[in-house]
Amino acid sequence: MEKNIVSFTHVEKKYEEEYVLKDITFELKKGKFYTLLGPSGCGKSTILNIIAGFTQPSSGVVVLNGDNAINTPAEKRKVNTVFQDYALFPHMNVFDNVAFGLKLKRISKQQIREKVKTALQLVRLNGFENKETTEMSGGQKQRVAIARAIVNEPDVLLLDEPLSALDLKLRTEMQYELRALQRRLGITFLFVTHDQEEALAMSDEIMVMKNGEIVQTGTPMDIYDEPINRYVADFIGESNIVKGRMLSDYLVSFAGKRFVCVDGGMNTNEKVDVVIRPEDLTVTDADAGQIQITVETQLFRGVHYEIVGLDQSGNEWLIHSTKKTESGKIVGLTFQPEDIHIMRLSETEEDFDERIEQYTTSVNADEKGADFHG
Amino acid sequence: MDKQRKLLSAPYYLWMGLFVVVPVLLMLFQSFRDMDGSFTFLNLKGYFTSPVYLYMTGQSFLYAFLITAMTLFISYPAAYFLTKTKHKQLWLLVLILPTWINILLKAYAFIGILSQSGLVNQLLGVMGVGPQPLLFTRSSFLIVATYIEIPFMLLPLFNALDGIEGSLILASRDLGANEWQTFRSVVYPLSLSGVRSGIQAVFIPSLSLFMLTRLIAGNRVMTLGTAIEQHFLVTKNWGMGSVMGIVLIVIVFVVMGLTRKHQRGGIG
Repeated sequence: MEKNIVSFTHVEKKYEEEYVLKDITFELKKGKFYTLLGPSGCGKSTILNIIAGFTQPSSGVVVLNGDNAINTPAEKRKVNTVFQDYALFPHMNVFDNVAFGLKLKRISKQQIREKVKTALQLVRLNGFENKETTEMSGGQKQRVAIARAIVNEPDVLLLDEPLSALDLKLRTEMQYELRALQRRLGITFLFVTHDQEEALAMSDEIMVMKNGEIVQTGTPMDIYDEPINRYVADFIGESNIVKGRMLSDYLVSFAGKRFVCVDGGMNTNEKVDVVIRPEDLTVTDADAGQIQITVETQLFRGVHYEIVGLDQSGNEWLIHSTKKTESGKIVGLTFQPEDIHIMRLSETEEDFDERIEQYTTSVNADEKGADFHG
Repeated sequence: MDKQRKLLSAPYYLWMGLFVVVPVLLMLFQSFRDMDGSFTFLNLKGYFTSPVYLYMTGQSFLYAFLITAMTLFISYPAAYFLTKTKHKQLWLLVLILPTWINILLKAYAFIGILSQSGLVNQLLGVMGVGPQPLLFTRSSFLIVATYIEIPFMLLPLFNALDGIEGSLILASRDLGANEWQTFRSVVYPLSLSGVRSGIQAVFIPSLSLFMLTRLIAGNRVMTLGTAIEQHFLVTKNWGMGSVMGIVLIVIVFVVMGLTRKHQRGGIG
């Protein structure tokens, strides 16, 4: 049994009459990379602020490292934050910024110097001790902010959209570095972002949030492959979501046809949302396809063509294909039963997990199940 | 573009020349002339050898220092707590409001408050202390001058404190600093720019306060400002008045130099 570093039990936060967080329950285990993913205003930063001790929850229990944190002030928590705007002290140089936390503890100057040096090495800023933070680039400031936080050896490192101010290339680079850093340090990271690619690339576990609630928790692959509802499917990446009807277990109808799928456990004739990822669709001849579409537009994206077409029922399909086609042409689409993801219209995460567990693994245990839940 | 900029800045140079450079040069010129208009070093010599003048300069300096210290002492906590109130801009306006009233009116108001039959003495009378001579004392001068100068200290302090990013405070707490440590190592150093401007805005005018010295201090306090006024308007010794004016300017530059922003520290 791994140790819980942070645990939230029925935590709620409301300002006046408005709920910012509704019944949040989760646990963070030691040494893992977690991501809170959601659009701005969904309450993800509020969760960070509660863990850091900047805000108090309206109700519920927050346990940090085994102790109820309700009465622990921010400065006594073994939690450090990397702020969105870095929040480096402008009147201090790099060394003083990084050493800020250490100087407050009873540590010898020699030790402080060594620790700061190691921390700066970790973020690849060797020899930057005497630089003014005001002279540094965004990426460098970011690294200083990270060094300043990790030098205190926190139990949890909170990162509040730390990469949003960086340009694309630097952002991708920092994603790799953050992930590597987290592995090396073994500290629990809780990363907040609205960027699904960032979340998918770095996390051990993603918590997708909407309007103050956690909608779905799972590994990046879980969430990508088995989104619980339209919201998650839409948020986590481009996808085709069409309306369908469950005929029986493992048999679904959509776009006017019947398809074998790997989901079950629903009522007969229940209305469902069907998700198929654009990269799971293969373009073939019209006769060979399971669905026929008329190509509307085709866009060259470098790695693939982005094709948009309409089927006879008027559903729009987005396809990522390495082969090109022509707009106006009628083509067929093929896909495998396991590419069809069925979402019930309103299902709680618990029911969803149970159902998925039961049906996905029973059918697919040999092929895909190991990937899914390993 | 460059030409346009020159053209646009011309009025300012003209202003600076006519109302800053020329008057200072005139004063410098005047300080080397005696009452008959001939060239002399006697004014300068007279000033630097006269114990009365030197004492007066020292006194000016001392009072300006005391006024500045008192305004700073009162304004800093006020500005600090002001930044934390809900309607801070409104409260700031309320505190700045007295600057809209003419200084003479304020002085007369204080005469009313501090006089033998004034509000304070009436209160003291009720408490059985009896009327005290409050007006025309050095302390009344200090109190009134401090009152008048407070807004000029408060405003730059408020701006500096209010300009400190909230995330810096959170970062400090996050890194393990309690409220006092946060104040000492983040808030205070970042507010120093405001302290400097506040000192400049209060100390320099305080050196030459002259109306209050008569109305409130009853000429018990002689500042450089009072002396300059006397020399120009009463004894018509323009030469000596100019020397003091020059001395005042030199002191201003010294103060500006001492409170100049150093290489590091402070924002903006």
